[in-house]
Amino acid sequence: MMCDDAGLLLHAYLDDELDAANSAAMARHLDTCATCKARYDTYTTMHKALAQPTLYHRAPDALRQHWHAASPTSAYTHVPPRRKAPVAVAMAAGFAGALLLSGPAWFQLLRPHGGADPIVAQVISGHVRSLQDQHLMDVVSTDQHTVKPWFEGKLDFSPRVKDLASEGFPLVGGRLDAIDGHSVAALVYKRRLHVINLYQWPMEGAASAQAVTQEHGYTVIRWNADGMRYIAISDVNEGDLKQFVLAFQNEAGAPPAH
Amino acid sequence: MPTESNASLRDDTPRSVRFETQVLPYLDAAYNLAFWLARNPTDAQDVVQEAMLRALRYFESFHGGDARVWLLAIVRNTYYTMRNRAPQETLRDDWDDEAHPLVDEGPSPEALTLLAVDVGALQAALERLPSPLREMIVLRELEECSYKEIATITGQKIGTVMSRLARARERLKTELTCRPKEVRRHDVR
Repeated sequence: MMCDDAGLLLHAYLDDELDAANSAAMARHLDTCATCKARYDTYTTMHKALAQPTLYHRAPDALRQHWHAASPTSAYTHVPPRRKAPVAVAMAAGFAGALLLSGPAWFQLLRPHGGADPIVAQVISGHVRSLQDQHLMDVVSTDQHTVKPWFEGKLDFSPRVKDLASEGFPLVGGRLDAIDGHSVAALVYKRRLHVINLYQWPMEGAASAQAVTQEHGYTVIRWNADGMRYIAISDVNEGDLKQFVLAFQNEAGAPPAH
Repeated sequence: MPTESNASLRDDTPRSVRFETQVLPYLDAAYNLAFWLARNPTDAQDVVQEAMLRALRYFESFHGGDARVWLLAIVRNTYYTMRNRAPQETLRDDWDDEAHPLVDEGPSPEALTLLAVDVGALQAALERLPSPLREMIVLRELEECSYKEIATITGQKIGTVMSRLARARERLKTELTCRPKEVRRHDVR
């Protein structure tokens, strides 16, 4: 391959848009041509720099509110992320939506557990609701430095956000939710094809050990640490979720980045 | 995600529900493109507002496929219509393929490394690119569209997308490294 050809193909190679043959030819050329390799490195640097989240301009809240409010379905299907309605009302609407959508089976399941922890029930309904189309995330990013700032101004606390991709639990995004009358941060992680929701909100009280609950096929793990209440929920097996909690706690061992 | 929602939403699902689940999730993408085309938040909001109204109006003609690509094409058309000029009219000789074959002027990579991490410099350099080049960078690097998606959004051939993107990166690199301090002739802000 000549450098002239490489000049154009370089970009397609960087973008992973070349077919196998051209891609291999390009790789060979870069191995032997220092000039093209230097250019390639330069564009790689620029490519990475352009991925900085501050360059991505997200829709202002007013615009988002306008379009979500304009849609009559919002109130029934999910809690609109930035609506100023009282939390209890929004929560009730969301919870009612979950009940409606999941049908009578839901009541059957809930009834024998009348004495069960209402928070667990709320967490499960929040989790179920989050799995419905497009309700999972308000901010979609695998970058903790994008997800954390997104919560600023939407909550009266700064949630702890950690990417656990290296532990096999990649962070995929976050959203606002409501549990027990609190506005809470929900972080969304993946475990293979399973979704893990991690809720957190401030709660006074000493650090407590994990409490593991199994309900309706979901595993729920609750704990307190550093003045925060954490609840993790997923349909992964209990061992996996414990491993997730351990990974998050380990990571969170560093001082809070508040 | 879009394919799943398309599959699970039947035609008898109310239109507003389908619009909300299929199009509204891409409001950020729409705004980001509008912002980088208009280069200021006020105009960007106007463009998105108008584009969303058009999307709602034409939603019946959207039969599955990629809602993000569909919406971004509308945003782009809306911007150029509101500017009352075709994107081609802004083409200028100074980046034309024939007039300027690909040349590497060889600025030092070190200078680029230093500048590229400075978001302010990067933002300013990107804003100085002519819009046909700017939209290439925004769609590819910020929105992470494939060449095929960019071709659909901009109505160009994939080959054109490829060469224009190459030119856009060359130009951005030049803006970042060759004249970092002096006042630019094309500085329109």
